[in-house]
Amino acid sequence: MFIQANWKEPLIYEINGKNRQGYYIPEENINISIDIPEKIRRKNKPELPELSELEVVRHFIRLSQMSFGVDVGMMPLGSCTMKYNPKVEELATEITENIHPLQDQNTAQGILEMIFEMQEWLAEITGMTECSIQVPAGAAGELTGVLMMEKYHREKHRNRDTMLVADTAHGTNPASASMAGFKVIYIKSNEEGLVDIDILKEIVNDKIAGFMLTNPNTLGLFEENVLEISKIIHSVDSLLYYDGANLNGILGIARPGDMGFDIVHVNLHKTFAVPHGGGGPGAGAICAKGELAKYLPYPIVKKENNKYVFTVPEKSIGKIATFYGNIGNVVRAYTYILGLGPQGISEIGKMSTLATNYLISKLKSEKGLSLLAPNRPRKHEVVFSAKPLAEKGVTALDIAKALLDRGFYAPTIYFPTTVEEALMIEPTETEPKETLDKFIEALKEILKESENNPKDIQDTPKYTTVKRLDQVKANHPSSITPSYRVKRLREQGKINILK
Amino acid sequence: MEYHPWLPNLKYINEMLKEIGVNSIDDLFKDVPEEIKLHRLLNVGYGKPLSEYEIYLRLQELKSKNTSFKIPPFLGGGVCPHYVPEVVKFVISRSEFYTSYTPYQPEINQGLLQALFEYQSLIADLFEMEVVNSSLYDWGSALAEAVLMSYRINGKKKIIVPRSINPNHKKVLETWTSGREIKIQEVNYDKNGEINIEELEKIVDDEVSAIYIQQPNYYGVFETNIEEITDIARKKNIITIMGVNPLSLGLIKPPGEYDVDIAIGDGQELGLPLNYGGPYVGIMATKWNYKLIRQMPGRIVGLTQDTDGNPGYTLILQTREQFARREKATSNITTNEALMAIANAVYLSLLGKNGIENLAKEIYKRSHYAKNLMEKYDLGKIKFYGDFFEEFLFSFNKNYNEIHERLLSKGIHGGLPIDNNNALFCITEVHTKSMIDNLINEIKEEVY
Repeated sequence: MFIQANWKEPLIYEINGKNRQGYYIPEENINISIDIPEKIRRKNKPELPELSELEVVRHFIRLSQMSFGVDVGMMPLGSCTMKYNPKVEELATEITENIHPLQDQNTAQGILEMIFEMQEWLAEITGMTECSIQVPAGAAGELTGVLMMEKYHREKHRNRDTMLVADTAHGTNPASASMAGFKVIYIKSNEEGLVDIDILKEIVNDKIAGFMLTNPNTLGLFEENVLEISKIIHSVDSLLYYDGANLNGILGIARPGDMGFDIVHVNLHKTFAVPHGGGGPGAGAICAKGELAKYLPYPIVKKENNKYVFTVPEKSIGKIATFYGNIGNVVRAYTYILGLGPQGISEIGKMSTLATNYLISKLKSEKGLSLLAPNRPRKHEVVFSAKPLAEKGVTALDIAKALLDRGFYAPTIYFPTTVEEALMIEPTETEPKETLDKFIEALKEILKESENNPKDIQDTPKYTTVKRLDQVKANHPSSITPSYRVKRLREQGKINILK
Repeated sequence: MEYHPWLPNLKYINEMLKEIGVNSIDDLFKDVPEEIKLHRLLNVGYGKPLSEYEIYLRLQELKSKNTSFKIPPFLGGGVCPHYVPEVVKFVISRSEFYTSYTPYQPEINQGLLQALFEYQSLIADLFEMEVVNSSLYDWGSALAEAVLMSYRINGKKKIIVPRSINPNHKKVLETWTSGREIKIQEVNYDKNGEINIEELEKIVDDEVSAIYIQQPNYYGVFETNIEEITDIARKKNIITIMGVNPLSLGLIKPPGEYDVDIAIGDGQELGLPLNYGGPYVGIMATKWNYKLIRQMPGRIVGLTQDTDGNPGYTLILQTREQFARREKATSNITTNEALMAIANAVYLSLLGKNGIENLAKEIYKRSHYAKNLMEKYDLGKIKFYGDFFEEFLFSFNKNYNEIHERLLSKGIHGGLPIDNNNALFCITEVHTKSMIDNLINEIKEEVY
């Protein structure tokens, strides 16, 4: 049975050390006085803790025990690709960790060689001409992609102010388009959960800069009309953008480039197993083909006279990250590709799709769940609707919390918004069949329990560190507490209601 | 493929297909048009799966192609070499942290959420500002986000930045804001290397959305007239954005004391390795003002209670975010740099109230020691008169590129060449006195 640790660990501020320091500062015998102008000197020392090394270690280790990652149990989060992160990846950081980004590039040839190989491999995987590994995460890749589209059209003196986005798209797509100054139009899905081609045809015109699409889409369905979509979009010289968040489900089976996409971003932390770090750091790549490759952000590594050098693409949109992206993670993804080789990488799409459809076959006739287009195969993920159950009072949120009590992380819930009471499950290729079976059993048990004792499910979780949290208090202007400083100042009566 | 340690179901394919009720995996890809199917292996890696030992060998080979220096490079430019305590590495290597996801299920992620809340709190106290998000990508993108945030608040499109801004941050700013057609205007520096206040007053007009101040600036020089700048901004309802080196705040006034609206920076100097440019962590803080907080990008962790009344932590103000507001969101960021933020929290907890001051003092002393020695030996002189922290721009009496080449040939990476005679040097606690002496001796040999 799952019972999570609960240390009732105080905040680091509430551990009562005084006059201690957890780190010894090296000191050189240098006789220099600190002559910082009085005007800018810090008067009050910052309110930081005063603890010994052990106190700090114990505190954070206890916190880690009150947390949950893939190394603890299955995390079937749809569209997040929470696959296992092989431990060998940690060896890789040795080649990057002490290298300064502004070092003379001749002194970092090992890293540049690695970057060069990754650029080539990601171009091969996506079916694109060229890649830049500068984007620190997927959303940054999207912003890069839409900025490339913007510049491409601007240089052709076209007034393209609108971006098309599928209604099932990740929220980052419209947010990225908007950051780049585009208006957003949503393309509705049809009854099968695919892009409605007729609507697309109607909407496409010479104001459209591009269409942001993910394939397989967030419902786990392959957009089988993708070649027609590409034709429609290209018929008005608009561009097709591939959101790589779901690449895992078709890796080795089909490539965005061959489907007609012009620009692609890859989430290395999803598809190529970089650990997610509790929300980051991730790592990404942005790839393009044909003329679009000239707009990629700089620098890109090229090989010239047996040396690796940074270059600037002819029409580059500029820099997206301060330096070259999250290289310390790119090198983790690099070892993942080394370890799987062409054979293993080419199996990923198949094995993740197999896992998803195995799960569907065992769950699709369960009472309480419904599934759009139940006979269509899914790729990386599947979205069930718990609406039939919700009508009886047990919601997708309740199911999620009940799964936590059974030692599983919850699926993504309430997304995509086109599915009511959505439960978006992505098992990935790294979960053993037996774990999938246990997850299926847990879910079935929850569904059954919801029929018989809905209250028991609504009262979950019971075995996690805390029970259900008060979201209203968390967000209310009179009680919102985003830092310990706010708590302290509020108690001292020094800050007001947030307005 | 027969087996692979990372693919547990290779031998269960038929069993699983039987459950599904199809004959082959191909049946699961019937909906992929034949003409786009690949029908061959992807040409990646080295022809076959490599064993862990073979991966190790390849990594060693790559490592040997990087130059290994005798002493850490004297390079800054926004990120600096520092010693990372084992405790920091140890904590962020805990699987429960590094293999976890964004804490969308708070009850099972309390440890992670509390660690991020503590990061926000520690930065809030270091900055003396009330609200900190739990991370952006890096300094450059944090600046871009701050500028876009200012634009969302007042709808104005002009931003004033100092000419002494980190050029890489400026490039990122230009790219990120290009779609919104934000106009970036530079204000010059005076002989101290500080923002020229008279010029700033002249160029400030009603079109200005925000003024950016970098403290210390790209050349390591302290801005001493920040109050004057915030006064100018306040008169015209202009938003102030201050970029700070967080480590310097052990010695100098935090942004909150100047009452700036938004403060940004990079947490690299608080316990992160150089990582050849990333991952780092973009810091963003604001004061207690709903207009600012509502437009703040990124995730924020807040304190609340569970149904039993126990304290607990959860993500707050999520209605600003992209999954709720889509194209009206405050930013597109989802994946952030949470683990790096935790590293910052551990580092700041270790240093504590006194440690950060002591470390900042030590860095100040060492960098001044190096500069004094360079001047004492008549190698040239410091370019700007203003006092500095950690980094300084030095004007050599001789072509620096030649000096630089000599240093490289001796296994030393000197300062960053800026132009023919000028180089930006960075000295921290990883540079011992004898390393600094060594550097200066080598320069002397070349110059004399």
